[in-house]
Amino acid sequence: MSLDPATVRRIARLARIHVEDAEAAQLAGELNGILAWIEQLNEVDVEGIDPLTGAAQMAMRLRPDVVTDGGIPELVLGNAPDRAGAFYSVPKVVE
Amino acid sequence: MLNDLSLVEARDGLRRRDFTAIELTDAHLAAVAALNPRLNAFITVSAKAARAQAAEADARLAAGEDRPLLGLPLAIKDLFCTEGVRTTAGSRILEPFVPAYESTVTANLLRDGAVFLGKANLDEFAMGSSNMTSAFGPVQNPWTRADGAALVPGGSSGGSCAAVAARMALGATATDTGGSIRQPASFCGIVGMKPTYGRCSRWGIVAFASSLDQAGPVARTVEDCAVLLGSMARFDPKDSTSADRPVPDFAAACRRGVQGLRIGVPREYRNDNMPAEIEALWQQGLAWLRDAGAEIVDVSLPHTKYGLATYYIVAPAEASSNLARYDGVRFGRRVDGNDLLEMYERTRAEGFGAEVRRRIMIGTYVLSAGYYDAYYLRAQKVRALILRDFTDAYAQVDALLTPTTPSAAFAQGEKMDDPVAMYLNDIFTVPANMAGVPGLSVPAGLNGQGLPLGLQVLGRPFDEETVFAVGAVLERAAAFHHLPAIRAGVPA
Repeated sequence: MSLDPATVRRIARLARIHVEDAEAAQLAGELNGILAWIEQLNEVDVEGIDPLTGAAQMAMRLRPDVVTDGGIPELVLGNAPDRAGAFYSVPKVVE
Repeated sequence: MLNDLSLVEARDGLRRRDFTAIELTDAHLAAVAALNPRLNAFITVSAKAARAQAAEADARLAAGEDRPLLGLPLAIKDLFCTEGVRTTAGSRILEPFVPAYESTVTANLLRDGAVFLGKANLDEFAMGSSNMTSAFGPVQNPWTRADGAALVPGGSSGGSCAAVAARMALGATATDTGGSIRQPASFCGIVGMKPTYGRCSRWGIVAFASSLDQAGPVARTVEDCAVLLGSMARFDPKDSTSADRPVPDFAAACRRGVQGLRIGVPREYRNDNMPAEIEALWQQGLAWLRDAGAEIVDVSLPHTKYGLATYYIVAPAEASSNLARYDGVRFGRRVDGNDLLEMYERTRAEGFGAEVRRRIMIGTYVLSAGYYDAYYLRAQKVRALILRDFTDAYAQVDALLTPTTPSAAFAQGEKMDDPVAMYLNDIFTVPANMAGVPGLSVPAGLNGQGLPLGLQVLGRPFDEETVFAVGAVLERAAAFHHLPAIRAGVPA
């Protein structure tokens, strides 16, 4: 599989990363280099193998469904790039 | 001088009142002031807070209090959130970020009395093997070679390892997702321990690839690493993959020896491209262990060669998800746009460096509709085979010995043109992350250019004790007392 610049722009959009048209061709080359190298996994026989999702060889713990934290809006908002009162502020979404 | 003491020697000196914690911290702050302009090992130096912590340690020592790390100055990789101290992950996007909380690992170190000198430089979001991807500039390796080129310290924990090697800190925290503790420890001639996945809490560590990330210590001796890990590790309910099991006395394990242990030599780690001096050092390491009473056994890890390619699907996939949180809304840098989508896209385009953008895009692609099964699901199945290799090997042996890296430190700027060439640095370290097993790098010798080379000990899950025992025997046998040219007390 080989990525063309249009596909690179589609991936960039999915990843929410702005890519200039001029960058897309170069990125396509870099990503294709990595993907071509990854293709070697196709030679591994994985028939009947269950996927391994993590390195922790343990069952997930359950915890009581209760509030354990909160009531600290100033700390939560302390790093906000922009805020209005007790809210994060973003560019207008609805006209 | 105080900077030349190991962490354990400094601890014992403080207990004997040979010197004060303030003197010890000042000696290290002086080294930071003298060397950091050249090495760039620290992004943030917190001198004032460090001296306050040292003064408190002196008061506690005077009161007869004893804690495992009381008054010992450490560097903290700038991936661990530290309350009130800027935490950047080496990225422009987190340049303004000051956490309101302390990571579990650093909280454990503070509980045990440690002094924090500052935040150590790293590859951006821990993605790299050279420290060249930091938004705060590259770190220089304190070791030098004859041609005078500035060398990389390895990565991603390059600042942590350079700081410890140059004697700016007694030890440091680090993290390892594909080799980021062991590879830079090897490049800088120090000891680095990646414990079993789940041994140290990930809570409060900036996430890269959550199924692989694991914190661990770097220091100048195996026992120092054992002492540090003993403080860093603890069950933490705030991390759902934290292991609820007791923390053994790792330092005691360093004195066990290897009599009667079976040490495996994975034949797939040998390849035609391996430099003869690394092959020779590996054989030397096996001889040292044999002389100390271990039995050397040939084993096979047949899927070793697929470890890296698997990693470069799994890690970017997890990273693309983890790094979705950097959207310019709740924390970090924002770049304005005409609408919300444009703000997201410009914030992330300008906030992330080239390697991080590349990995997010690879991860986005391998998780996207139509490609998930071909890439991500297949990689997870190969990962299961890699784990099975280790499980099979550990049915025959107690630990494995391999080289840590396929080369010694290279020059800044080398291997930068081809991402895959840079990725190959981690060929020997990545499989341990895929399987979650512990791994230790011990400096074992110098190459022909006078640069350090490490040997790697891999162990069974949650059997760090055997890994430390083997590492300590290698350390004694290697008697690696070489020093980097750039270090505390040496005029520039």
